[in-house]
Amino acid sequence: MGAMQVQQSVHTPQAAPPPPEVTRRVQDGRAESVRAEAKKVDFFYGDFQALKNINIELFDRRITALIGPSGCGKSTFLRTLNRMNDLIEGARVEGSITLDGQDVNGPTVDPAELRKRVGMVFQRPNPFPMSIFDNIAYGPRIHGQNNKKALGEIVERSLKQAVLWDEVKDKLKQSALALSGGQQQRLCIARVLAVEPEVILMDEPASALDPNSTLRIEDLMHELKGRYTIVLVTHNMQQAARVSDYTGFFLKGELMEFGATEKIFTTPENKATEDYIRGRFG
Amino acid sequence: MALTRVHFDEELNELRAKLLRMGTATEEMVRDAVIALVRPDRKLAASVLPRDDEVDDMNRDIEADCLRLLALQQPMASDLRFIGAIINITIDIERIGDHAVDISKVAQRMSDESVFYRPLVDIPRLGELTGAMLHDALEAFIHHDMALVDKVIDDDDAVDALYSQMRADLRERMQQDPSCVVPASHLLFVAHYLERIGDHCTNIAERVAFIETGRLVRSPHTPIPGGDAPPPTLRLSSAA
Repeated sequence: MGAMQVQQSVHTPQAAPPPPEVTRRVQDGRAESVRAEAKKVDFFYGDFQALKNINIELFDRRITALIGPSGCGKSTFLRTLNRMNDLIEGARVEGSITLDGQDVNGPTVDPAELRKRVGMVFQRPNPFPMSIFDNIAYGPRIHGQNNKKALGEIVERSLKQAVLWDEVKDKLKQSALALSGGQQQRLCIARVLAVEPEVILMDEPASALDPNSTLRIEDLMHELKGRYTIVLVTHNMQQAARVSDYTGFFLKGELMEFGATEKIFTTPENKATEDYIRGRFG
Repeated sequence: MALTRVHFDEELNELRAKLLRMGTATEEMVRDAVIALVRPDRKLAASVLPRDDEVDDMNRDIEADCLRLLALQQPMASDLRFIGAIINITIDIERIGDHAVDISKVAQRMSDESVFYRPLVDIPRLGELTGAMLHDALEAFIHHDMALVDKVIDDDDAVDALYSQMRADLRERMQQDPSCVVPASHLLFVAHYLERIGDHCTNIAERVAFIETGRLVRSPHTPIPGGDAPPPTLRLSSAA
């Protein structure tokens, strides 16, 4: 019976179900649904305050880019969304971070379950030292899926969504480490997709890739935003401008400005944002 | 924070200087065309045409610079607005140059006729007004002066009023004395060219406001689709 239930969930459509109580917002003239939200978030590494009073809404099926100079807190903020900072000793978060209205730091929330809903792609592709198939099947197996046919379907669907299927379909049993850097990164994205997340966090996902692989990742992000909420941390402002719908500018632990990407990159309101995106300080 | 992109800033400054040179050359063309008409001075009128070729060359040069900077420097925010606005401003300046040529051609034709009318008093006045508008629009561009932007837009109303009055005067004169239909219709064209120059100056001023504020403001003369009420008075300096 348990296996039946799991199998049913595997066959549900990819789109995450709409949250029970969707908060709607009009941001820069566009109607949006809030998928995740930070309110008055402070974050500390020991005595050092890395985030100060962050208030931001992350909209459903939109790409939000977080930009800012090194050490501004954008990656720290990204990691608060799926509690990756829990692993750092002395780290402490205050304020509220909600996913579908639910506090992600709540006492009943299982961090492993949260990270299934909020997947993450890192700067350097980090495939497991195992076959392409097993890389993708790893997450679903952890979450109890052992049906061979179902796993095969998940692997195929995830690789297709990550636009990698045609390149690897004949060598699924080969080591993932033999793939190129760009292919490895798409594999890592496919691995995140395999567990059907709601939100995908991407921390500099293309900075270790060549220009062609970078553009393929950006195209893939465009494809994926039809189904997922994507939060992208990037140092590449042209990338933020090309792919994102909304942009937040962080500086010294504060969110200085947030708005529609075309507005941020043409008529920012904050002087610091203006100086940063014009490349006038660094 | 240390300032960066020094080389890019130098390129933007050079672009600014080139636009100013193009604008100043055009301003002199308009001034000389009007003087040539009023004096009359066939030689001065004839000197305007080759200067238009120079202005056209400057226009192409600036456009090439803008496209190169867009492609190579990926400008953002006010830098992006600056370059985008310059592409538009050069189009207006180039057309002002074309109108200076139009006026100089009339001046050459009329220099043989040696006919003086009262409207010839108004033509220099209209020339002065539009010349000042161009000068002010360029000053506003160089000095980021939003008060001058407002002045240019206000002055266009004075130009329009004078143009309207001149048309009525010339029409009346043609009705009273059919022998002056040909020279008066020449002057009618000149007045029209000057009025158009005023409109181009207004466009330039609006682009300067866009660089400074990021807002593209609707011209007060543009009807609002589906709206009967006139748009509110345009005050760009307070719109920021």
